[in-house]
This record gives sequence, C-alpha cells and structure tokens, in this order.
Amino acid sequence: MRPFALVLGGSLAISLLFLTLPVAAIFLDTSPAELWQSLGEEGALDALRLSLVCSTTSLALVVLFGTPSAWLLATRRFRGRALVITLVELPLVLPPAVAGIGLLAALGPQGVFGGAIGDRLVLTTAGVVCALTFVSAPFYMRQAQAAFEALDQTWLDASRTLGATEARTFARIAIPAAGPGLLAGIALAWGRALGEFGATLMFAGSFRGITQTVPLAIYERFGTDFTSALALSAVLVGVSAALLLSVKLLSGAGWLGGAAR
Amino acid sequence: MLRVEARATLGALALDVALTVDAGRCLALAGPSGAGKTSILRVAAGLLQPEAGVVACGEEVWLDTARGIDVPPERRGCGYVFQEYALFGHLRAWQNVAYPLTGLPRRARRERAQELLERFGIGALADARPRTLSGGERQRVALARALARGPRALLLDEPLSALDARTRAAAGRELGDVLRAAGVPALLVTHDFTEAALLGDEVAVVDGGRIVQRGDAARLAAEPASAFVADFTGAVVLTGVAHPIAGSATQVELDGGGVVTALDRATGPVAVSVYPWEIALAPEHAADPGSTRNHLTVEVVSITAVGNRVRVGLAAPQPLTAELSDAAVRELELRPGSRAVASWKAAATRLLPLTAHQTVSDKAS
Repeated sequence: MRPFALVLGGSLAISLLFLTLPVAAIFLDTSPAELWQSLGEEGALDALRLSLVCSTTSLALVVLFGTPSAWLLATRRFRGRALVITLVELPLVLPPAVAGIGLLAALGPQGVFGGAIGDRLVLTTAGVVCALTFVSAPFYMRQAQAAFEALDQTWLDASRTLGATEARTFARIAIPAAGPGLLAGIALAWGRALGEFGATLMFAGSFRGITQTVPLAIYERFGTDFTSALALSAVLVGVSAALLLSVKLLSGAGWLGGAAR
Repeated sequence: MLRVEARATLGALALDVALTVDAGRCLALAGPSGAGKTSILRVAAGLLQPEAGVVACGEEVWLDTARGIDVPPERRGCGYVFQEYALFGHLRAWQNVAYPLTGLPRRARRERAQELLERFGIGALADARPRTLSGGERQRVALARALARGPRALLLDEPLSALDARTRAAAGRELGDVLRAAGVPALLVTHDFTEAALLGDEVAVVDGGRIVQRGDAARLAAEPASAFVADFTGAVVLTGVAHPIAGSATQVELDGGGVVTALDRATGPVAVSVYPWEIALAPEHAADPGSTRNHLTVEVVSITAVGNRVRVGLAAPQPLTAELSDAAVRELELRPGSRAVASWKAAATRLLPLTAHQTVSDKAS
C-alpha cells in the first residue's frame, strides 16, 4: 500500500511541476511594471478587446445552436446518429491549419460558398468569430450531450406526466438539471476560443484592431519584442484562469440549483 | 374507467396484459421484479409505446395502435408517483407541486401548492429542497404534485418501498385515504403481497409479463391458481409427484421424501401448497394426533417471533413453515435441531401446477 501511495504522490508532483512551470515562468519573467506598460502599448488593448468580443460572440452562437443539437443527440436514436456525432466531434482532432484551410475552401472568396459571403468573412472580425466557433463548438456540444445523457430519466418522464411538453421539459428541467455539465462545456469552449491561433491566422489574418486577437498579437511581438510578448501572455493567462475559476465557482455554488444528483 | 391493453417485447420479457379499473377503485399489480408491472404503468401514462394496444380513460382514447392514436403523456393527465418519487432536485418543495399548475400567476400557483402541502401536513416544508426531506416527506410532496392538476387516473409505482418500516404503515393508511378521496381509477405497483392487499381493492398478480390471477386479496390467498400465486401470497410450497388414490383423493410423493394427501385431483409433477397457520406441530413419538391425514417428521431449523405468533422454520427435508402461538412453542419445548411431527388436513392442502400457465386438478383425472 505504502509504495503505491508514493507512486501516486510522485506522479502527481511530476505532472504538476511540468504543467505549472511554464505558466509560473511567464509571471516570474514579467515584472508588474512591465505588464502594465505592455498593456498601454499600441494594439495590446485592442487585441484584448477583440479576443473578448470574438470569443463571447462565438460562445453565444455555440450555446444557442449547440444546446438543442446536443439535446437531440442525447435523447433520440436514429440511423446515422453515430456518424453525425463523429462529424460534430471531428474539429476536435483537426490540426488548426487544416481548419483554416477548410474554412477558406468553404467560405473564402474562391470557396464553395465564397460567391455569396466570402468577401464579408475573410480578413474581417466576423471571420475571426467564424474560426473560433468552428474550433470551439465541439468542446461544448460533446460536454452538453454527455450532461443531458446523464440526467435522471425519471425526472424527464415525471415532467411529461405533469403536463409539460418536451420543449418545456427541456427548458425547465433538463437545462437547469444539466447546468453544471453545461457550464463545464462553456468553460472548455471559451478557453479553446480564447487560445485559438492557427485557424484564425489563416482565415482571418492578423490585422491590428480588426482580426488580431491576443494569441496573434503575442506571435507578432514574439519576433521583435520578447518582453512585450511575455507580458501579453501573462494577461491571457490571467484572463483564462479567471474564467475557469468563475465557471467552477458558479457550478459549485449551485447557481443553477446544483441539480447534479 | 381506465382500460389498458398492451402487447410489447421488452428485452427478454413478453408483455401481454389487458385490464380495466373502475373510477374510485384501486387495482394493485403485484409480482416479482422484472415481471412487467412498471411497464404497464408506463404504457398507461404514454411513456412506453407498446407494439399493439389500447389505453382509454372514460370517454377518451389515449392510445389505439390499430387506429394510429397516441396521445402524448402531457395531454393524458395521469398523476404518476414514481418509485423514488422523481422530485426535481433544483426546485423547492412548493415549486415541485406548482410545476404542473401552468397558466396561473406565480402568486396563485404558490398559494395552490401551499394548500396541497398543508393537506398532506407538510405546509411548513414548502421552501425545502427535496434532498433535505425524509422519505415520508418526499412521498407526500410527490403525491401532492401528482394530484395538483386533478388527474384523470392515478399511477403509483412502489409508493411505499422507499420508506422505512415504521413510516410505512402510517403512509399506507394515508395513501389509502388519498386513493379513495381522489375518486379516479388507480393502478398501484408493488412487489409485496401484504401491501397489495392493504392498498388494492383488487389484486392482479403479474408474472412474466402476464396477469396470472386477479381477484380480491383474500380469494387469491385462499384459492391461488398456481404455485407462483400461492408462494407469492405467503403459502408453503412443496414439490412432488401426484397420483390418484381411492376416495377421490390424491397422494403426492414429495421430492426428498414424505407422502401427503390432498382432495384436489392431479397426476404427475405438482406443487403442494398449504398455509403456515394450517400446520400443527406435535412431539415426535406422540399418540395419533387426531383427524388430520398429513403427517411429516420434521426438524426445527429456526424459530422467529412475528407479533404475537411464532414462525417455526422446518425441514422435511423440503423447507416448510408453521405458524404457532407463543404458548404452543414453549409447551412443545421447540428449539433448532429438535424433531417433531407436522400435521395438517388433507382439505387444507392445495395441488397446483408447477408452472404458472399449466392447468391442474379436474382436467387431470
């Protein structure tokens, strides 16, 4: 028993060290003064604003369309369901470069649907939202589907016998009861959208104030001004950590009733 | 009147039932787990679509597979009490009760829910979350919720099984009152025959997806149609091979030894059923114990007091149980390991088919 406890503790210590060292180093290498100064630099605040606006917009789209889709996949059995689920999850395993090429091929000026919408997406802020939505949606939909599938079926049955239609059952019972799971999905998708780099660069480019999100701004500074890149990284770490923490607090405090049984 | 007819294949179970319940009456569906009792409730509520079937309540047809009618559960208006009550954990007690009360302003819903909770004596718990309630309190919230919209039929799945033994008796009496007051047809599922007898005006014994016998509880106990029903109602069941003897009686050679006589007629493998309170015990070498025809030498295995009686577990060598008074047990100086003679009348002995759907007695002669 005791040697095994040592193996467990040792593994966790190594994992923790490896995972936290780079994050800690960002802060150790940046003084608060540098951090403050870098925020004042041209483009830094723009990038931060763009990152927040684009990621929340894409998150809203993902939740709006992803939640009913996930409910359908969780509650219906139909031919080709496994195929549909695989297609939904495919962006999870696609390299970002492939996602960018794919978006260009579909929605770019010379793309399949390019004639209609191409000029309005490529190299625009809307294009950034498009890229973020593409890469982050599967994170939310997977999690939401699992959360709906884990619901106590008798709650849903009870709701129906009490006179509620499926739509009302979905809104009043399923969503609040699956709340913690949905929030976890939101955290994952948001985190993925905030960090998105490759697909955005290829599809929307890196123009200050229009398509340059924080990861793209970091990459631009990386070649010229390492300290500034480091400071901007620290900001992104801070924002991401705050986000993860607030979602955990929300679901832990039973904000949605904490209905997980 | 509630009418339910359903045929469905559910995994290994072939459900095939037809039943009716009059308004104000409660039919208890009793049987072992996996017999298909809950599936019958789910068909009635519209939560399970049978391959073929009809569900009708009063004038309304809820399901008719032949005519393509299938009213969704939310429009059937069944009050369904689920086995573990299925209270919504993210809502307070009053919100659970108010959930079906749509189309009313919040204030009116709250007042109506409060009234219902008061009726069940738990008005003070209106703001409690389900997880903080005891089993008995949860059951009352679930009942109040099921009754909130004035259901057209009541469906209750093991309403007492989640309660501890002490709460159960009181909750059972209360539930009986509620069922009578509701004045609608009620179907109640239970695996416990005593509970079925207590709460049902009639009992239907369900086994293997079919109703094997239906009647009032006393009749089922007195005239079980099969070994399964006899065993389920609490009788001792022994197995053996029957052959007719003179005087229109039947002799059964018990598996493992011993012979008993019955007045039912049968040949071949049968189940012998007798109720524990029909069995008398006498010292092993006593004189002739009277007019009874059945005598088996038995060994006492266990002695358990149940209320003012004592259940004596016996090995003959097949297991059987005798129910005696406390005084009789003391007088006979019974204890585990001691030997005695168990006797009962041939007239108290029933011969039953070994499987539920075989016929016995008259046809066998």
